[in-house]
Amino acid sequence: MLYKKKTPLIAFLLPGFAMLLIFLYVPFVDNINNSFYNMKGFIELQKFIGLSNYKEMLQDAKLHTSLINSLKMMGLTVVFQVGIALLLAILVSNIKRGQQFFRTVYFFPIVISATAIGLLFNLFYNYKGGALNQLLQTFGKEPVNWMAATTAFVMIIIPTIWSYVGFYFVIILTGLFDISDEIYEAASIDGCTKAQAVIRITLPLLRGVLCTCITLAVTGALKVFDLPWVIAPQGAPGGITHFMGTYMYQIAFVNLNVDYGAAIAVAIVVLGVIVSLVINKILKPDANL
Amino acid sequence: MPRILNNKKPISVGRLIIYIVLAIWSVTTIYPFIWVIINSFKSSNEVVRNSFSLPEAFTWENFTNAFSNQNILRSYKNSLIISGSVTIVVMILATMIAFALTRYQFRLKTALLALLSASLMIPVFSTIIPVYKMISQLGWISTYQAVILPQIAGNISFASIVMMGFLRGLPLEMEEAAYMEGAGVTKVFTRIIVPLCRPSLATVAIFCFLWSYNDLFTQKILISRERMFPISNLLEHISSKYGTDYGLMAASVTLIVIPVLIVYIFLQKNIVKGLTAGAIKG
Repeated sequence: MLYKKKTPLIAFLLPGFAMLLIFLYVPFVDNINNSFYNMKGFIELQKFIGLSNYKEMLQDAKLHTSLINSLKMMGLTVVFQVGIALLLAILVSNIKRGQQFFRTVYFFPIVISATAIGLLFNLFYNYKGGALNQLLQTFGKEPVNWMAATTAFVMIIIPTIWSYVGFYFVIILTGLFDISDEIYEAASIDGCTKAQAVIRITLPLLRGVLCTCITLAVTGALKVFDLPWVIAPQGAPGGITHFMGTYMYQIAFVNLNVDYGAAIAVAIVVLGVIVSLVINKILKPDANL
Repeated sequence: MPRILNNKKPISVGRLIIYIVLAIWSVTTIYPFIWVIINSFKSSNEVVRNSFSLPEAFTWENFTNAFSNQNILRSYKNSLIISGSVTIVVMILATMIAFALTRYQFRLKTALLALLSASLMIPVFSTIIPVYKMISQLGWISTYQAVILPQIAGNISFASIVMMGFLRGLPLEMEEAAYMEGAGVTKVFTRIIVPLCRPSLATVAIFCFLWSYNDLFTQKILISRERMFPISNLLEHISSKYGTDYGLMAASVTLIVIPVLIVYIFLQKNIVKGLTAGAIKG
C-alpha cells in the first residue's frame, strides 16, 4: 500500500542514475564513438576514419606484447593467486587456534594502495643497495639488475599476485565454512582420508566459490594499472612490461594519440566480456555435479 | 584408549606443518611493512648498506624531510576531502536506488537492474578519455569535484547492489506499521530504512573510501597541480623525483601505510567481511 504511489520513485532513482548516465554511460558510448574518428587533442573530432584504429591494432607489436602480458597475468593470477589462496584456506579451516589472526594478516596488503606496494617493492628491486641485492651480496654473489628485460615481468607479477591472495583466501574460507561438518564426518566413518576428503568433497562443493574467484581474478588482472606503472613506468624496459591498461594510458595520456587510446579501451572491454563468457562456458558455475 | 592416543600423534605433526606453512605466508604479508617502517628511521646511506638490521643511528630525518619538502599533511587533507565526499554521496545515492528498486514494482525495473549489473563490467579505461574531456571543458581539472564525480559514478552500481541484497532481506512489517500510523515515504526512508541499513552502509562506506583513496589512475589523470595532489599522486610524485633517496622513500611509504594500518586494526572485521561480501555480489 505504502509503495503504490509511484511519484517518489523518480526522486529516489534520478540522482543516482543521473550520475551514472553522465559519468559512466555517456562517456562509455562516447569513447566507442571516439575510436572511429581522428582526434586532435582530447576534444576535437576531425575526421571519420572508420575501423582504421582497429586495423592499426593488428599491426601494433607493442599492443601485442601488452595483450600477451595481460593474458599471462590472467593465467598466473588464476594458478597462483587463487591456488595459493585455496591452499591456505584449506589449511586454516583445519586448525582451531589463530584463524582470526591469519585472516587479518593475510588480508592486510589489500587495504594498502598499489602505489605504496609498488614503491615498497622498488626498494627491494633497486640495483644499487636494494634489499634483494643486499641479500645476494651477503652470500658473496654479484648484484642482479632485477628490472632487466628477462626478469622485469616476473618482478611485476610477484607483488601483484602476492598482494591479493588474502582476498581470495577470505572468500574461499567463507565458502569452506558453509560446507557442513556432517559430510566430512560421514566420509571419515566410511574410511575417507583427509586428502581424499579435499579432492572428493571440498573441491566439488567449492565449485561455485572457485568460479567466482577465478572470474574476479581474471577480470581483475585486466584492470591492473597502478602497480605495474609504479614499478615499471611506461612498460620499462622498452615497453616490454606493458599491460592493456598501462598501454592504453601511455597511448592516450603520454603519447596523446587519443583516438587510438580510445580504441584500445574498447578492446579492453571486449576482451573482458569474452574472457568472462569463456570462463562461464568452461566452468559452468551453476551446473550440478 | 591406547588407540586414541596413537591416533593423536600423527595429527599433531600434521598440525605443526600446517602452522609452519601458514606462518610462512604471514611473514610474507607482515615483514615487508615492518621492514619499510624500520628503514624509514635510517639514513639513506644505511638503508643502502644494510636494510635488514635495526637502525644503527635512529633518525627522524626522513620524516622531517618528507614533511618539509612535500606537503604531506595537505595531501592527507585532499585525500580525506575527495574520498570522504565520494563515500558519503555514494552511501546516500546507493541507498536511495536500492530502496526504490527493492520496494517498488514498475515497468522499467528489470531494465534498470540489468543496467546496474552491466555497469560493473565497465572498466575505468573505457570512460576516462571522455570524462577527461568533459572535466577539462568545464575547467575543473585539478579540482576536488574533478575526481569526486567520476569516482561516485564508479562506485554507485556496486554499492546499490550490496544495499539491495541487504534491503531484500528486511521484512516489510515495520514500514507498513509506520504507514498505518501516517508516515509518508520520506519518513519511512529516513526514519526506518536508513537506520536499519547501518551494518551494510558500513560495508559500503569502507569499500568506497579505500577504493577511492587507493585509486591512482583516475586521480593521476584528473589532478595535475601539486597543491591538489591526494596521497597516491604525491607518493608517485615523490618516487619519480626522489626515488634514489631510499630513506625518504621508506618514510613516505610508512606515512601512507600507518594511517591505513591503524584504521585496519580497529575495523578489520568489518573490512574483511565488507570487501569480500561486496565482491561476491559484484
